[in-house]
Amino acid sequence: MIEQIDSTKIKILNEKANKIRELIIEMLLTAGSGHSAGSLGMADIFTAFYFHILNQDPKNPNMKDRDRLILSNGHICPVRYAAMALRGYFDISELQTLRKINSRLQGHPHRTSLPGVETSSGPLGEGLSQGIGIALAAKIDKARYQVYVIASDGEHQEGNIWEAAMFAGKMKLNNLTLVIDRNNIQIDGFTEDIMPLEPMIDKYKSFNWHVIEVDGHNIESFINAINEAKSIFEKPTVIIAHTIPGKGVDFMEKDYLWHGSPPNKEQAKEALQELRTLGNKIISEHQ
Amino acid sequence: MLNKDLYLNENIFENPTLEATRDGYGKALLQLGEENPNIVVLTADLAESTRVDGFEKKFPDRFFDCGVAEQNMAAIAAGLGVSGKTAYISSYAVFSPGKNWETLRTTVVYNHSNVKIAGHHSGIMTGPDGPTHQATEDIAITRCWPKMKVIVPADSIEAYKATYNSSKSEDPYYIRFTRDKTPIITTSETPYDEGKIQTFWISNNPQVTIAATGYMLYYALIAALNLQKDGIETEVLNVSSIKPLDQDTILKSVSRTNAIITIEDHQVDGGMGSAISEMLSRTRPTLQEFIGLQNTFAESGDTKDLIEKYGLSAKSIQEKTLNLIKRKNG
Ligand SMILES: Cc1ncc(C[n+]2csc(CCOP(=O)(O)OP(=O)(O)O)c2C)c(N)n1
Ligand SMILES: [Mg+2]
Repeated sequence: MIEQIDSTKIKILNEKANKIRELIIEMLLTAGSGHSAGSLGMADIFTAFYFHILNQDPKNPNMKDRDRLILSNGHICPVRYAAMALRGYFDISELQTLRKINSRLQGHPHRTSLPGVETSSGPLGEGLSQGIGIALAAKIDKARYQVYVIASDGEHQEGNIWEAAMFAGKMKLNNLTLVIDRNNIQIDGFTEDIMPLEPMIDKYKSFNWHVIEVDGHNIESFINAINEAKSIFEKPTVIIAHTIPGKGVDFMEKDYLWHGSPPNKEQAKEALQELRTLGNKIISEHQ
Repeated sequence: MLNKDLYLNENIFENPTLEATRDGYGKALLQLGEENPNIVVLTADLAESTRVDGFEKKFPDRFFDCGVAEQNMAAIAAGLGVSGKTAYISSYAVFSPGKNWETLRTTVVYNHSNVKIAGHHSGIMTGPDGPTHQATEDIAITRCWPKMKVIVPADSIEAYKATYNSSKSEDPYYIRFTRDKTPIITTSETPYDEGKIQTFWISNNPQVTIAATGYMLYYALIAALNLQKDGIETEVLNVSSIKPLDQDTILKSVSRTNAIITIEDHQVDGGMGSAISEMLSRTRPTLQEFIGLQNTFAESGDTKDLIEKYGLSAKSIQEKTLNLIKRKNG
C-alpha cells in the first residue's frame, strides 16, 4: 500500500502542483507552441505520482523494479517534463529547451531520448496496449512493480483503446491501473458534442474493469483511489479523474480552444501572476 | 551453375522438396521457446495459419491471442519488447504491418522496442482469397522505416534461420512469409549471414544480374538454367535482406554485367527492385528491368495462373532478360 498522507504533506504537494503549473506556463511561452489545457489540468495527478505514488529513483531512471508510468496522450508531456524536472530527473533549466532543436524534450515524448520516459507517444489510443504489454512482462517475470497508464478522454474515441480494454479485462491484469483525464474537451469542442463517451463507468464495468471516480484536483482522494486500485485483485482498475482543463489559470479553464495553444507573453504574465498569488490570495515576491 | 560453396539442395531442378516458409517460422519459434525464456509470441486470431499454434501448446504462458485486433497486438508487443521480452507478432501482412502501420511505426520502430513483425500470406501467392488478402505493398511500407531490418526468406530453411537469427538482436524486424509450399533451395549447411547477399547461380561471363527475393528466387534459378541452355550466362542473387542492402555484392555483380533484373512478388513501386535502383543510382547507375506487380492489384485465382498472368514466371524472367541484353547492346 502507498502511505496515507497527512495535512502537512497535502500542503507540500499542493505547492508542488502549483510550481509545476508555473513551469508549464514558462515552458510553453518559450516553446511558442504546445498544449496548455490538458497539461495544467493534470498537474495535481502528476504531482501525486512523482512525489508520492511512484516507486522510482530519479538518479537511476532505469531501475529494474520501478513502477511504470505510461503517458498515452503524449501531447500533455509538458506536465510530465515539469514534474520530472522538479523531482530531480534533470535540471529545471532544461525545460526551456522544449520543442527546440537538439533537445531531449521532444514535442511529444520519445522513449530513447529521455531516460524515465517509458514509451513514445503522441498518436492517440496506443498507451493502454503498451501498458498491458509491460504488465504482462511483469507477470511473466513475477516482478512486483505497478503499471500506471494515463489516457485522455478524447482518445477513447480510438478503437485501439477498446481493444486494449477488452484484453486487460480478459487477462484480469490487477497490476495495471488506467487513469483517465476526464476533462470533457478535445480539439474540436466538448467530447459529448463531438462524439459522446458517456456512460464511461458502465462501459468499463461491462469490459470487466473495476471503476473508481475521483476529483482529479484532490490529491488525497486520488491517492486513496490508487490504494483502492492496488487492493483490487481480480480486475484491472480504471480511475476516471474529473479534471478542469486549464486548471489554475482562470482565462484558460474549461475552454477547449486552449487545448493546443501556448500563452503569449501577456497571457503568460497574467497566468503566472494568478498562479504565484494563488488567485490574488497572497502577495507574490516576484511579479 | 549452382554455387557449390553454398551447399544448395542438389535436386531442386528435378524433384524439389516443398515446404512453406511459414513452417520454417513456426519451427524456429518452437526452438527459440525452448532455449530462451524471454521469447513471447502474439497473434490476432490466426494461430494456426501463421504456424504459432505449436508454440501456443508448448508455452501457453508466453503466448497471447489478442483476438482480431492488430493495433492492440502491435502495441502490447511493444510494451513487452521494452520490458526485457523478445516479441514475435504473427498475422497476415495486409493487417500487420498493413492495418496497424502507424501503431508499429510509433510504438515499435520509433520506440525501438524488441518486436519482430511476421507478415504472413504475402504476395499474390495468397491466390484465391484475392487482393484483400494478398499483401503486395508490405516491403515498401516497412523498408522506409529508419534502421528497420526487412527480411524475405527464399525457402523454409532460410525462414527458420532468419527467424532464429532475429532473436539475437534487439532491433525491430519485418520478416515476410508466404502461404504455399515452395521448393526448398538451401540446406541446413548453407551459410546464413544476415544482411549479406549470396550468389546462388554463377557463370564465367554473366551478361545480366538477376536479383530475386523470397520464393521468386526459385523462378529466377529456373530462368537462369533455361537461359544457359540457350547460351546466355547470368548470375542470380538471393536478396533475402532488403534492408540493410548488401551494396558490395550487388556492385560487384553489376560491374561485370552492367544490367540487372529484379524479381519480387510485390508491387514494383517501393519494393526490393526500388531499393536496388535507389542504391545503384547513387553509386553506379545501371540498366534495370523490374518484375513484380506493375501499378495494379492482382485478383483471385490459382497461384500458378496468377504468376503467369502477372508476369512473374520463369518464362517472363527469360524474356525480360533477353530484352535487357538488347537494351544493353543497342
Ligand atoms: C491518432 C491521433 N489522431 C489525431 C490526433 C490529433 N490530436 C491531438 S490531441 C487531440 C484531441 C484529443 O482529445 P484529448 O486528448 O481529450 O485532448 P485534451 O483534453 O488534452 O485537450 C487530437 C485529435 C492524434 N494526436 N492522434
Ligand atoms: Mg480531453
